[in-house]
Amino acid sequence: MSKLKVVFYWAASCGGCEVSLLDTNEKIVELGAIADILLMPLAFDGKYHDIEQLKDGEIDVTFFNGGTRSTEHEHLAKLLRQKSKIMVSYGACASWGGIPGLANQFHVEDILKCVYEDTASIAGSNPSKTRPQVKTDVPEGELTIPGLYDRVFPLDEVVKVDYYLPGCPPHVDWVVKTIDAIAAGKLPPAGSVIGSSKTVCDECKREKSSDRKIKKFHRVHEIITDPEKCLLEQGIICSGPATRSGCGGAKCLDANMPCRGCYGPPPGVVDQGAKLLSVVASMIDANEEEEIEKILSDIKDTIGTFYQFTLPKSILKGGVK
Amino acid sequence: MRKITIDPITRLEGHGKIDIFLNEAGDVENAYLQIPELRGFEKFCEGKYVEELPRITPKICGVCPEAHHLAGTKAVDAVYNVDPPVAAKKLRELFYCAHMIHSHIAHFYALAGPDFILGPDAPPEQRNILGVVAKVGLDLGKEVIKHRAYAQQIQEMIGGRATQPVCGLPGGNSKSINEDERKSIEEKSRACLEFAKLTIKIFEDIVLKNKDYVDIILSKDLYYIETYYMGLVDKNNKVNFYDGNIRVVDPNGKEYVKFAPADYLKHMAEHVEKWSYMKFVYLKAIGWKGLVGGIDSGIYQVAPLGRLNASEGMATPLAQIEFEKMYKTLGAKPAHNTLANHWARVIEILYAAERMLELSLDADITSKDIRKIPTAVPDEGVGVVEAPRGTLFHHYKTDESGITKKVNLIVATGNNYAAMCATIAKVAKKLIIKGKADNKALNMVEMAFRTYDPCMSCATHAIAGEMPLILNVHDHNGNLTDSLRRD
Amino acid sequence: MIDNFEPRIVGFLCNWCSYAGADQAGNQHKEVPPNLKIVRVMCSGRVDPQHVVKAFQSGADGVMVLGCHPGDCHYKEGNYKALRRMKLLEKLLHELGIEKDRFKLDWVSASEGDKFSRVTIEMVEKVKKLGPLTIRYNKNNEGGERHE
Ligand code: SF4
Ligand code: SF4
Ligand code: SF4
Ligand code: FES
Repeated sequence: MSKLKVVFYWAASCGGCEVSLLDTNEKIVELGAIADILLMPLAFDGKYHDIEQLKDGEIDVTFFNGGTRSTEHEHLAKLLRQKSKIMVSYGACASWGGIPGLANQFHVEDILKCVYEDTASIAGSNPSKTRPQVKTDVPEGELTIPGLYDRVFPLDEVVKVDYYLPGCPPHVDWVVKTIDAIAAGKLPPAGSVIGSSKTVCDECKREKSSDRKIKKFHRVHEIITDPEKCLLEQGIICSGPATRSGCGGAKCLDANMPCRGCYGPPPGVVDQGAKLLSVVASMIDANEEEEIEKILSDIKDTIGTFYQFTLPKSILKGGVK
Repeated sequence: MRKITIDPITRLEGHGKIDIFLNEAGDVENAYLQIPELRGFEKFCEGKYVEELPRITPKICGVCPEAHHLAGTKAVDAVYNVDPPVAAKKLRELFYCAHMIHSHIAHFYALAGPDFILGPDAPPEQRNILGVVAKVGLDLGKEVIKHRAYAQQIQEMIGGRATQPVCGLPGGNSKSINEDERKSIEEKSRACLEFAKLTIKIFEDIVLKNKDYVDIILSKDLYYIETYYMGLVDKNNKVNFYDGNIRVVDPNGKEYVKFAPADYLKHMAEHVEKWSYMKFVYLKAIGWKGLVGGIDSGIYQVAPLGRLNASEGMATPLAQIEFEKMYKTLGAKPAHNTLANHWARVIEILYAAERMLELSLDADITSKDIRKIPTAVPDEGVGVVEAPRGTLFHHYKTDESGITKKVNLIVATGNNYAAMCATIAKVAKKLIIKGKADNKALNMVEMAFRTYDPCMSCATHAIAGEMPLILNVHDHNGNLTDSLRRD
Repeated sequence: MIDNFEPRIVGFLCNWCSYAGADQAGNQHKEVPPNLKIVRVMCSGRVDPQHVVKAFQSGADGVMVLGCHPGDCHYKEGNYKALRRMKLLEKLLHELGIEKDRFKLDWVSASEGDKFSRVTIEMVEKVKKLGPLTIRYNKNNEGGERHE
């Protein structure tokens, strides 16, 4: 069998997804044995025009990470889609917008104003309110930079996606499994999330009682928690119940920190935030409206708590603001 | 979705872009380094729990999430006005030394190394890590992978995760380490120390023993710009990555100012150009004088050489010896030879390894006393660490319930942006003559920024890792005559 | 306020009380606004917050969840569960910019045809005042305007 042709590409990404691949360490050599990496800006020297010259569908699989914020990302997503048999949405950002997707609470104008007029170190030093422009005339000629879209798009709103590999960044085991599956021609049906069908809670070693109750919510720095017991029961909101497992156990819980949901919704759940909200609210130990409101008054940021990684893919997207 | 009409050939990935303009004679009139993106973390952090920012802001950059995590953690310590227990601070520093080692190893061997180990005029398709491995041998390649992995494992033990760690919270760390973990860290630190020594030797053999390279490094016509320098120092003015005061020296090496991180706004300000999303940081009192160096221009540099220039030495014995050696060879301190960043970087690997070993043997390191519950009303705080690429500032303001109201981020590469632009223009002017730009000349233009290990992800809170690059060459009419790229 | 705006209201009604209450209102010829689209559920405790956000996304200008009075839930605890969930959901909707008056949780028993009529009329009036709800980026290609 001839070697697979593979591409790793980043759009509005942080690079962590690419680093996750380097973290395969020796395995990256094994990967090299079954696959030719045509493009991977972080570590390999593949050229973009090499991609343009390929026939449609010549790339076996593209792993695409990062959301789409500019026309450049859009262009690359479309080009790689055209040239690839299989398009994998790699990581939280590509799949649901990830943390940068929290920007969809705001408009691009809000962001530009904040960055170029309001932040502490620019305020006062940019009286003319200069902002970057798509086209600028400099003495020597014209310079251009791409324009930004008003929001971050998950990859599957730009091109058709065949598989999703969740995580921020994805755990290397799943990457290897995916490549093996492709090599063996044993892929699940298109559109699948390649990952576990359990939740982080299922994998979490902490002790959970059958009747979980919350009397008071706490923030992570406010209490010292019992390392053997479920955090949610101790009043710390944890996304475990509404998050697909696969990060390698319940990774953050092992470090005594709550899950924030980077693996996205588990099977059967469309809206991770609404699901988590439902689970958390049902655990509140009160029946009187007033008391419930009092307990809930400790939750002060619902979007950041329930949609830390999935706002652009939530049912209500960025809301109405 | 609407389309922007931009030529896809010149755009490409566009993670970083240099436009070079030629005059009628074909000589370089000017060159611009542009950063094409923005994600707006400052804005969308508003409304979030401030203690979550150490988990949110690392998504600025997956190459140095640990730097953002710790700058953020220190900022939330300050917001809650809480001083973490000493063991927590030591754990954080240990974690952070491991990060430096991981990052610097990757940069030296995989990203910058090819320029030296294979030479600036090696064919582009060989100028990568595989080319390096081919030249130095697979055994060394394996050592590189192994020690970078050790550094990642140490980070994971303390930080919960290696990429995108979670351990820091206001008042301390979420997890202590046990004796088994400590032992394992100690062993890995010893291995990293040996590997650091080896790296120093490789640098000596390959770079310092090659007269051509040394000449390039020392040439004042190329990678050379006289500016101010900035870095974190401990109470003895020695380099420190995790904590201390910020020291700035002038182009003659005299201390210009030393200030506590919380006072940064008194000393620093930003400038905007229309042609780039990245802001230029400069010294406020001296002012923005454009993209020029010198004592009257507010431009300064950070990153390994900036750090060493701004300090009076290294706090560990072996690194101190190398520090002295370097300045002896370069002939002056501060050294304005920007390529010496590579040298400073390997010295920092050595320092980080020595410090890591010290900390792994520290009696406090397995202490369970790693958390202090904050009691003060949260308001405002600044957290500063030295990212591998230079000084990193996180500044948060909250309401009385700890909800973020305002965020300011000054990232390492922003500090260096002005100096990078100026050096790129200088090198381009020197090497591209009569319209001729060969592979070597263009790569040498790139070396002008690569030496800083710039991180455009951080810079714009936007893009990924190391930058692919587009070089556009324009003729005197402003027409694009040539477009080359390297990823 | 937009003239002639007829809001679309989705009501999740529990089978045992509120749905029966709606029936009674109908039988007694009480006024029930035609704007209301009724979704019958077995218990208010079965209303998942995902259903509510889905209703908004699908074009509802307002959403009501009506269940049995506290203590009267056919399944004992269902309406308490609903109360907790909907209280937290309210916070989220508010943060997303959806006005408070567009979402209502209330109790209507099988014999409260009157109340059913009253709360639905009030709901329609309030939402009329607010005007139509536009969810940002509701279509996949929205938000594609670029900054120049
Ligand atoms: S999913 Fe996480 S690691 Fe991957 S690009 Fe996004 S923020 Fe970075
Ligand atoms: S809620 Fe969190 S802490 Fe509790 S069992 Fe689930 S993952 Fe573990
Ligand atoms: S515990 Fe949750 S947030 Fe942490 S790595 Fe796993 S899925 Fe991601
Ligand atoms: S049956 Fe009516 S609310 Fe439960």
